[in-house]
Amino acid sequence: MAVGKEFIKGLYKENPVFRLMLGLCPVLAVSSSVNNAIGMGVAATFVLVCSNIFVSLIRQWVHPKIRIPIFIMIIATFVTIVQLVMAGFFPALSRSLGLFIPLIVVNCIILGRAEAFASKHHVFISLIDGLGMGFGFTLALIIIATFREVLGNGTWLGMPIFGPTFQPVLFMIQSPGAFLTIGMLLGLFAWYENRRATKKHG
Amino acid sequence: MEFQSLIIIAVGSIFVTNFVLHQFLGLCPYIGVSKQLDSAVGMGMAVIFVMSMASVVTWIINYFLLAPTSSNLLFQLFMKGQGNPPDLTYLRTISFILVIATLVQFVEMVIQKVSPGLYRALGIYLPLITTNCAVMGVSLLNINEEYNFIQSLINGFSSGIGFTLALVLMAGLREKLELANVPKAMKGAPIAFIMAGCMSLAFLGFTGLSFN
Repeated sequence: MAVGKEFIKGLYKENPVFRLMLGLCPVLAVSSSVNNAIGMGVAATFVLVCSNIFVSLIRQWVHPKIRIPIFIMIIATFVTIVQLVMAGFFPALSRSLGLFIPLIVVNCIILGRAEAFASKHHVFISLIDGLGMGFGFTLALIIIATFREVLGNGTWLGMPIFGPTFQPVLFMIQSPGAFLTIGMLLGLFAWYENRRATKKHG
Repeated sequence: MEFQSLIIIAVGSIFVTNFVLHQFLGLCPYIGVSKQLDSAVGMGMAVIFVMSMASVVTWIINYFLLAPTSSNLLFQLFMKGQGNPPDLTYLRTISFILVIATLVQFVEMVIQKVSPGLYRALGIYLPLITTNCAVMGVSLLNINEEYNFIQSLINGFSSGIGFTLALVLMAGLREKLELANVPKAMKGAPIAFIMAGCMSLAFLGFTGLSFN
C-alpha cells in the first residue's frame, strides 16, 4: 500500500537524521533531555506537516523561479505559530528550547521535503510524507536524548533510574556528548547496513 | 569600558561559546564542506562576510521597525502622539529569514559584478549560506542578548571567525584522516562526528576563561 510505504520510509529507510543527515543542528542541541527532544520533535512535525500540505495545495500556481522564497514564507508562518503557541502554553519548554524554535525555519528537512516531495505530489500523500518524516525525526531525537540523559544525568524523562549512588557522566549532556553519541549511532547504522548487504550478496 | 565589553564578546564567541562546537549552529556545512582545506577556507570567508552583514541589517530592522520603542520608524511616521509604539516582534522570524535570503542574493550579485575573482572563490558557497542556521542564529542571538549596534557587528564578525576556526581545524584533521585506517562502518560522517566531539571537549576547556 503506497500510503503505508510513504509513512514507513521516514522511520528507517529515509530517516532524516540517521540516513539523510539533515537538520542536525536542532538534533544535537536539544537532545540533552528526552523532554526537550519530544517538544522539539512535535514542533518540527507540526511545521513539516502543515508546510507540506500548503506547498502541495499551491504547487500548480507557483512559478518555479520564485518557489523557494514562497516555500520559506509558508514555513516561517507556521514556525511563528508554533513559537507563539509554545510561549503561551508551555513557557518552560519554550525557554529551554530557546533559539531553536525560530531556527526550525532554516531546518533543511522541512525545506527539503517541500522541494523534493510536496511540490510534486498531491495533498494527502504529502501529508503522510510529512507525518512519516516528522515521526522519524522525533524518533531519532528521542534515541539520542535517551543515551545522553541516561548517561549524563541518570534519569529518563526526569525519572531517576540508577539510584542515588550513580555518578553521572557529566560531559554527555554537554556539547561533546552530543557529537560522540551521534557519531557512534551513525557508525552503528552503517555497520548494520554493511552487514545486511554482505548477507544478501555473499 | 565599551572597548572592553567588545573584546569580551569577541573572545567569548570565538572560543567559549563557539558557534559550531558549543551552540551547534551551522553543522551542515561543518560536516559537508570540511573535506578539503581550500573549500573550508572559502566557505569560512563567505560565512564571516554574510554573518557580519546579516548582524548589521537585522539589528537595524529590529530596532527601527519591529521593536516597541519610541525610535520605531513606523511609530515616528504614522502614529506619533497616539499611545504606545506597536510591538511587532512576532514578525521577527519571518522578516529575518526574508532579509537574510535577500541579502545573500544581493551579496552574490554585488560580488559577481565587483570582483569576479572573489566570486569564483566564494560563489558556490553563497547560496548554501541562506539555509545555514548560523546566520539566522547570530541575528536572533544579538536581539536576545540585547546588544547595541557595534556589539552586534562585533558579535556577528567574531562568531563567523569562530565558525571558520572550527571548520578549518576540522578540514585539516580530515585531510590527515584520509590516510588513517578507520573501521569500515565508521568511515566518513561517523568518524567526523567523533572527532568533532573530541574538538568540542577541547573547546569546553575555554569555559574556564574569566574576565573579571
